Amino acid sequence: MGIILELMPQIVKAFGETFYMLIVTLSIAALLGIPLGTYLYLIRPGSMLQKPKIYLVLDMLVNIVRSFPFLVLLVAVIPFTRFVVGTSLGTTAVIVPLSISATPDFARLIEQVLLDVNRGVIEMAEASGANVFQIIWKVLYREARSGMVSSATMLCVSFISYSTVAGLVGGGGIGDFAIRYGYYRYQPKVMIFTVVLIIALVQVIQTIGRSVSHRLDKRI
Amino acid sequence: MIRLNDINKTYETANGPLRAVNSVTVNISAGEIFGFIGFSGAGKSTLLRCINLLEKPDSGQVFVDGEDFTRLQKKELLKRRQKIGMIFQHFNLIQNATVYQNVAFPLEIAGLDKKLRRERILHSLETVDLLEKETAYPVKLSGGQKQRVAIARAIVTNPKILLCDEPTSALDPQTTQSILHYLKRINQEFGITIVLVTHEMEAARKICNRVSVMDGGKVVETLNMSESIPEPQSELAKFLFVNGGGI
Ligand SMILES: Nc1ncnc2c1ncn2[C@@H]1O[C@H](COP(=O)(O)OP(=O)(O)O)[C@@H](O)[C@H]1O
Ligand SMILES: [Mg+2]
Repeated sequence: MGIILELMPQIVKAFGETFYMLIVTLSIAALLGIPLGTYLYLIRPGSMLQKPKIYLVLDMLVNIVRSFPFLVLLVAVIPFTRFVVGTSLGTTAVIVPLSISATPDFARLIEQVLLDVNRGVIEMAEASGANVFQIIWKVLYREARSGMVSSATMLCVSFISYSTVAGLVGGGGIGDFAIRYGYYRYQPKVMIFTVVLIIALVQVIQTIGRSVSHRLDKRI
Repeated sequence: MIRLNDINKTYETANGPLRAVNSVTVNISAGEIFGFIGFSGAGKSTLLRCINLLEKPDSGQVFVDGEDFTRLQKKELLKRRQKIGMIFQHFNLIQNATVYQNVAFPLEIAGLDKKLRRERILHSLETVDLLEKETAYPVKLSGGQKQRVAIARAIVTNPKILLCDEPTSALDPQTTQSILHYLKRINQEFGITIVLVTHEMEAARKICNRVSVMDGGKVVETLNMSESIPEPQSELAKFLFVNGGGI
C-alpha cells in the first residue's frame, strides 16, 4: 500500500489529465458531431432536405475518418496538430486527433439515433406547419434525447481507451501512468490499482449515463 | 371550401412508375364531413396528403378557400398548414411530451403568445374530455385516449379543416364509436370541415355526408349519405356497402 500512497499525487495528476482530455474532446465532438449527424440525417435520400450528392460525399468522409486506427490518425494529423496548438506533444496536443476521431463517431451515432425517431411524428410536425428548425428542436431532439445521452456515454467510454495512447506523445493521463509504473518499472500493485480505478471510472460513467438517459425517456 | 382539380400523383418505384392518384376532381363544401373509402393502396392517403401539400401533386390544383395551394411559396404554405388540423391512424403523439405539451405543439409552431396558450389548450382538452390527463405521458394512455389527444392537438389552432387518415383503424369497435362521436361533435359545434379517409364503411356511414369510393387512384363514384338509402352503382361500392355493415 505504501507505494500507492507515495504515487498518489501522480495518480491524481494522471486522472486529471485524462478527465481534461475527455471533457474537451467530448465537448468538441458534441459541438461538431451533433450538427453534422443532424445534417446527415436531414440530407439523407428520402429525408426532409434530401441532397443525395452531398450526402454521398459526407458519408464517405465520415467513414474514412472512422476507419483510421487511432494511432495512425494521431501520427497522420501531426502537422495539423502543430498548426492548431503549436506543438504535437503534450496533453492539449492529443486533444486534436482525439477530437478528429470522436466527431465523425458521434455524428454517426446521432444520425442513427435520429433515424429511430418515429416518421409519423415528423409528419405530424410537418402537417402542423413546422419548419425544419422547429422539427429539429421540438421533435427530433426531444424524441431522441435519451438515445443521444446513451451515445455520448458510449463514446466517452471508448475514448477513455483512446486517450491512453496519449502517453506515447507525452500526453500523460492514466494510460501513460500505467505504462510508466506498471510496465517500465514493473510494479504489479500499482498496475492493479490503476486497472481497478479505470474499471471504477467506467462504471461510474456508465451508471450516470444510464440514469440520465432513463430519466429523459418517457416512452417506458 | 376544398376543391381538388384533376390531381395526379405518380411514384417512381423499383417496378416502374406507380400511379397513386389518377385524375381526381372533388369539391368539398364548408362544414361537411367528406369521406374517401377504398381498399388499402387505393390512393386515399396520398390524395389526403395532397390537400395540405405534404405530397406535391404532379399536376392539378388544390384550392382551399379559393386559394391555389400548389402555387404558394414554402413559407406561405407552412402558414396555411397551421390552419389545417390532421390526425393519423397511429396518433403520432410526441412520446417525450405530456398530453398538455402535445396539445401545445401546434400553438408553439404558430408562435402564439405563451399567456394565451393555456386557455386554448385546456379548452381543447375539455372538448375531448381529457382535462384530467393533462400531465400524463402518451405511454400511459389507451389507444382511444391517444387519438383524443391527437384530436385536441389538431383543433387547438381553431382550424377550418380537419384531415383524418384512418383515425379509427387501430382502434376496437367501441373506441371507434367514441372517436367518431367526437369528430361529429367537433364538426357540428365548431363547423370544422372534416375529410375522413378510411377503409371501414361503418365509419363512413356513421358520420359522413358524402363519400367518394376510390380504386386504383381513381374516384369510382361519390355517394350522398344523407339520402335515406344511398344506391351504389359501382361493383366496388356495392361490395363495400354489403360487407361494411350492409343496408
Ligand atoms: N412514398 C411513396 N413511394 C412509393 N410509392 C408510394 C408512396 N406512398 C404511397 N405509395 C404507393 O401508392 C399507392 C397508394 O398508396 P396510399 O395513398 O397510401 O393508399 P391508401 O391510403 O388508399 O392505402 C400504394 O400502391 C402505395 O404503395
Ligand atoms: Mg392509407
